[in-house]
Amino acid sequence: MSSNETATHGIDIESLTRPRAQRRLSDEEASMEVKDLNLFYGQKQALHGINMLIPKQRVTAFIGPSGCGKSTLLRCLNRMNDLVDGTRIDGQVLLDGHDIYDKSVNVADLRRRVGMVFQKPNPFPKSIYENVAYGLRLQGVRDRHRIDQVVEKALKGAALWDEVKDRLQESALGLSGGQQQRLVIARAIAIEPEVLLLDEPASALDPISTLKIEELISELKDKYTIVIVTHNMQQAARVSDYTAFMYLGKLIEYDDTNRLFTNPREKQTEDYITGRYG
Amino acid sequence: MEKNSISQHISHQFNEELEDVRNKVLAMGGLVEEQVVYSMESLVTGNVEQAELVISRDYQVNAMEVAIDEESVQILARRQPAAGDLRLLIAVIKTITDLERIGDQAERIGRMAIHLAEMERPKSQYTELANMGERVRTMLHGALDAFARMDAEAAVSVAQQDAKVDSEYDAIMRQMITFMMEDPRNVRRTLDIMWSARALERIGDHACNICEYVIYLVKGKDVRHTSLEQMEKEVRE
Repeated sequence: MSSNETATHGIDIESLTRPRAQRRLSDEEASMEVKDLNLFYGQKQALHGINMLIPKQRVTAFIGPSGCGKSTLLRCLNRMNDLVDGTRIDGQVLLDGHDIYDKSVNVADLRRRVGMVFQKPNPFPKSIYENVAYGLRLQGVRDRHRIDQVVEKALKGAALWDEVKDRLQESALGLSGGQQQRLVIARAIAIEPEVLLLDEPASALDPISTLKIEELISELKDKYTIVIVTHNMQQAARVSDYTAFMYLGKLIEYDDTNRLFTNPREKQTEDYITGRYG
Repeated sequence: MEKNSISQHISHQFNEELEDVRNKVLAMGGLVEEQVVYSMESLVTGNVEQAELVISRDYQVNAMEVAIDEESVQILARRQPAAGDLRLLIAVIKTITDLERIGDQAERIGRMAIHLAEMERPKSQYTELANMGERVRTMLHGALDAFARMDAEAAVSVAQQDAKVDSEYDAIMRQMITFMMEDPRNVRRTLDIMWSARALERIGDHACNICEYVIYLVKGKDVRHTSLEQMEKEVRE
């Protein structure tokens, strides 16, 4: 057969059939790194020797049954556990190579760099505009024009602008649950964090709002590193690049999401994602 | 993926759905295997009635393919299976396509049997064909057995037999060409035998495909279009 015949009408067969490269954590640039992390609530050990790399500008999902430590681990990433009495931590959590548990670290600065969104939307009882502008005002920004710009950009970034642009001065509490959650995400990204932690961000929302949040997550990963905790395995499969499965405070398996959901290495992972007895 | 793992879901309903679809594939496999056996018997013995039975039953094979496909689609839509469960359903959907094709080949052999029954029947020309048919039937049986037991190693040993089927096919071709050259009046009958051998060779290939799906199901590895050595290596890993 001549080479002309194999060219098949200008269709690039080679590129169409190239296997999708499996993502590899070892090829990723780290945004955060967890090293030998143990966490105790009083006498009870909640996390056991966690080691993981959170890749930059990727979506990483934590899954696992209730009480497996996934939310605890998420909260370690911006020191939310500091607020819980009797919590003790050893090991390291690095953000751009620096330990966030180092004494020199200003926790408020850290949380500005590592933002968090919770399960239940928690807008402040203020106007939509003021909710988004809040972080900037805390930083002492006074320039009205600049704040306007940031609010618009953040609301657009959170895919909420078109729905609220004509009522920015109305109370945020008048928004629907899904809109409130996107508003909270807008508030989080207004101060341009590096990492966004999402703790069950869609579990209180209806399916359409959930899809909007998921769509938003895939847009946001171009700029931010995203870590999401979810009970909804299909959601983890849909939105994430990497998935970590945790069980009883241990990291059981952490891999490319496609691999983990089609051919996991560990039986415990398989049993969990296919809904079998553990 | 291990065989007993189908029945360990928290949802009993899901266990039953997967078990049901798997049993239907095995039932369809049994029917198709019987079609192959009957078609070959009718060819070798010149039993027209039996050949007609094979032809008339092909619709049952087709109906089973449609029913299992439909059931699989419903499970995919309602359960969103993952990992081994997902691979099981993909393997099911692909396996029944090959089974249906095997059914078509059996029907084709049945039609050849009816033609050939009306002609002169020199016994010697059917011996090789009967041997080849038996080997292909053993392969199909082995492939279905590997599927039922979710046994990747058994699947590999079935696939290894395909080379023998291919060489038997080549031998029959050469023999038939000789017959045609010896006496042009043999051409019509010889062509029918060649078409039957061709159908058997295709059944062997479909059985091999089923073995590849079994390996995918058990090991999560796609071994299509690879060499036997590669297949053995993937299964051993």
